[in-house]
Amino acid sequence: MGSRLGLNSPIARVAAIATFLEGPALLAETHPVANIFKPLSAPAEAIHEISILALLICTAIFVVVGGLLAYAVVRFRSRPGDDTSEPPQVYGSVQLEMAWTAIPILVVVVLVVATLRTTAAIQNAPLPPDALQVRVVGHQWWWEIEYPGLGIVTANELHVPVSARDRRRPTAIHLESADVIHSFWVPQMAGKTDLIPSRTNRMWLEPYQTGTFLGNCAEYCGTQHAKMMLRVVVDTPEEFDRWVAAQKAAPVESPAAQQGRDVFLQTSCVNCHRIQGTSANGVFGPDLSRLMTRQTLAAGAAANTPENLRRWLRDPATIKPGCLMPNMRLTPTEVEQIATYLETLR
Amino acid sequence: MATTPSRTPAPAASEPFSLPTWLHGWVTTADHKRLGVMYILAGLGFFVVSGTMAALIRIQLVVPNNQFLPPEMFNRLFTMHGTAMVFLVGMPIIAGLMNYLVPLMIGARDMAFPRLNAFGFWIFLFGGCLLYFSYLAAPGLSGAGSAPDVGWFAYSPLTGKAFSRGHSTDYWILSILISGIGSLCSAVNVIVTVVCMRCRGMTLMRMPLFVWIVLVVAYLIVIVLPPLTAAQIMLLLDRFLGAKFFDTQAGGSAVLWQHFFWIFGHPEVYILILPGFAVASEIIPVFSRKPIFGYAVMVGATVMIGFISLGVWAHHMFTIGMSAMSNAFFATSTMLVGIPTGIKLFNWLGTMWGGKIRFRTPMLFCVAFLFQFLCAGLTGIMLAVAPFDWQLSDSYFVVAHFHYVLIGGLLFTIFGAIYYWFPKVTGRLMSERLGRWHFWLFALGFNLTFAPLHIAGILGMPRRIYTYDAGRGWEIWNLVATIGVAFQALGILFFVANLLWSSRRGARAGDDPWDAWTLEWSTTSPPPPYNFETLPTVRSRRPLWDLKHPSDPDWRVE
Repeated sequence: MGSRLGLNSPIARVAAIATFLEGPALLAETHPVANIFKPLSAPAEAIHEISILALLICTAIFVVVGGLLAYAVVRFRSRPGDDTSEPPQVYGSVQLEMAWTAIPILVVVVLVVATLRTTAAIQNAPLPPDALQVRVVGHQWWWEIEYPGLGIVTANELHVPVSARDRRRPTAIHLESADVIHSFWVPQMAGKTDLIPSRTNRMWLEPYQTGTFLGNCAEYCGTQHAKMMLRVVVDTPEEFDRWVAAQKAAPVESPAAQQGRDVFLQTSCVNCHRIQGTSANGVFGPDLSRLMTRQTLAAGAAANTPENLRRWLRDPATIKPGCLMPNMRLTPTEVEQIATYLETLR
Repeated sequence: MATTPSRTPAPAASEPFSLPTWLHGWVTTADHKRLGVMYILAGLGFFVVSGTMAALIRIQLVVPNNQFLPPEMFNRLFTMHGTAMVFLVGMPIIAGLMNYLVPLMIGARDMAFPRLNAFGFWIFLFGGCLLYFSYLAAPGLSGAGSAPDVGWFAYSPLTGKAFSRGHSTDYWILSILISGIGSLCSAVNVIVTVVCMRCRGMTLMRMPLFVWIVLVVAYLIVIVLPPLTAAQIMLLLDRFLGAKFFDTQAGGSAVLWQHFFWIFGHPEVYILILPGFAVASEIIPVFSRKPIFGYAVMVGATVMIGFISLGVWAHHMFTIGMSAMSNAFFATSTMLVGIPTGIKLFNWLGTMWGGKIRFRTPMLFCVAFLFQFLCAGLTGIMLAVAPFDWQLSDSYFVVAHFHYVLIGGLLFTIFGAIYYWFPKVTGRLMSERLGRWHFWLFALGFNLTFAPLHIAGILGMPRRIYTYDAGRGWEIWNLVATIGVAFQALGILFFVANLLWSSRRGARAGDDPWDAWTLEWSTTSPPPPYNFETLPTVRSRRPLWDLKHPSDPDWRVE
């Protein structure tokens, strides 16, 4: 908490950027607690405002009605010394009924008007024509992320630029699904929107703070729904440009990885995975062309460390039981060779 | 009650007890009271089973990255828990209460269609057993899957052949479809009974509120179960004959299933909670020693809830990318439900106001219901604010919300109802001391479990995840929630002990232990098979008040 508040100071901001320059492993700052009441992006901010209104109204009702209930329960309880006579029999009151019909109606009118305004403001918000366009496709149990205008395909981590007051950089996201229904939810960025097969949904983000923001698939989608996690990495404009350039750069051939590359291309890895510049062109699994630029493996199931990468290659089920990548029964040598090769994909 | 003319001598106890005869009597009965009791006992049986499943779910989530359950088993558990709690616990217990009480309250000898009633119970029980049988049978020859694992609302295309192999989903479809036949039978029966079999003098506006409310419930069941059944048959056609209604890879629609399901599923929530209102509307007046406040308004509010609930279903679908216009419509209609619901709450408050409230166990449960349902209603209003719902939908906030409705609202009133009518059913009172232990342990455990889950949802925890990483702010809330389960389980233990002990050793209740006012208390406890020796005649909403206070009868003021 303290460090996040610290980022608001310009010095901390510069320090964070400086850290980033030293190595991509320490990207700005991670926000692991996705509190919907701490929005850091335009649509989430608008939702936050109406949420506070609804929360205040509901709290007020709770205090008043709950208080009356508590008062009635205490005040009108029968006491040991009471006589056995019945209390006055009251059957109703037209005035009271009218009053407690009118009050809920007024509350509902206020909430409805506020809801209609915010709903339309978010759903019909005009985005500038140069807004970044991203296509996100849900798969069991990972996210395919494509930047059609930039020719980039990646997975599970959405990089977007940060917006400033004088320079809006919103991102329009087109949501699709390759199999079942998923839901894109990064609470500090925006409300959730479902990814539904044979349908395209739209949502948008306009973050105003850099960092990594965590989210989850929010619609139950099968065995590994729990480990279908999602990250939005909000970069400064310069960072973002650098990230784009790195994703688009021609792959570097490393002689040390030649053996692993051959093993990879000769096993059925290629049926599901794509690696740019090779014959691996599968589309069922995530694109691995820049695997090392990602923070996690298997949609957030494990940190992207050399050790986890090898564990994953040996038997994916030890990290994500039930996932669709089979145990390829690789020998320890093959695991080491392929891991060495994958580690060159940056 | 000396004033009651319908007392009958106890049947001669000369015949020795014989188990086969006793069993045969229960299995072949068409008596609405025995069927009512069997519905409730079956519901409580399923409640213990699927409550145990919930406990397993909470144990798995007690700490991050727990290895207690594998994901497949976890997914089956929450599917079976949700499905069973709605269709095999809530629905039959409600059917049981309606069956037992409606004829007694309207002064009839039985339901309109006793044998249809028996058929409804046995077909429900068969459907319920079929659901659990899936654990054994669904793997079939292919060995794929066992119990259903698609969630209780079974969104397509996850239920399609491509994603749900084996027969687990078929078991889900068939068992719910079959137990739904039972619900339809009892709903039709309630409607016809209430419309045709009221005793002399019992006009519609003199019926006890319980009867009014379950009449609305029965209409809702008849209106909304068919869309579910239709959708389930379409899904069966998809799975067995390649019909492709919901097969998105062949031009089917995933959203179509959601519309079908929630056209049933949202009114279903009211089908479940309205009987809770019905019970509270009987218990609160009796224990406050005052008539229900604003009877006519309560009837009107019930009918309004019934109508509006038919037009709110898509508030379960705010995240599917509907137009701003559709979202606005369903947000508005959903908030409208808050108006009659608020009116009801105020009328219960008005009933207690100025009374002499006796805090016996049934009333304790009803007072807790009032507070907890207030919470549930208010979180419901928050969820109706469509943009707020974009954050809260499918998070643990929703889980907390609907457990406040279904446990805090429905289950608490069901417990209240069991404590209240147990003496009528068995002739013996339930133990007040065990009842208090049950109440306080269960109320504490319930709130300890579900209040923290609101916060987990606000911190971004989605529902239906079998595990979660440390460091996301969810640990403490999940830990507290699981601790609450222990208290709930202990409370249930006291309840079961109380049922068993009181049915044999409870104090003799007499006909009218609560000094109540509706017709069921005018006959013996337990009532004879024919309920009333002579059918009663009523002149007001509280016929027994009139009998007990001849100088100040209700019919003079109504």
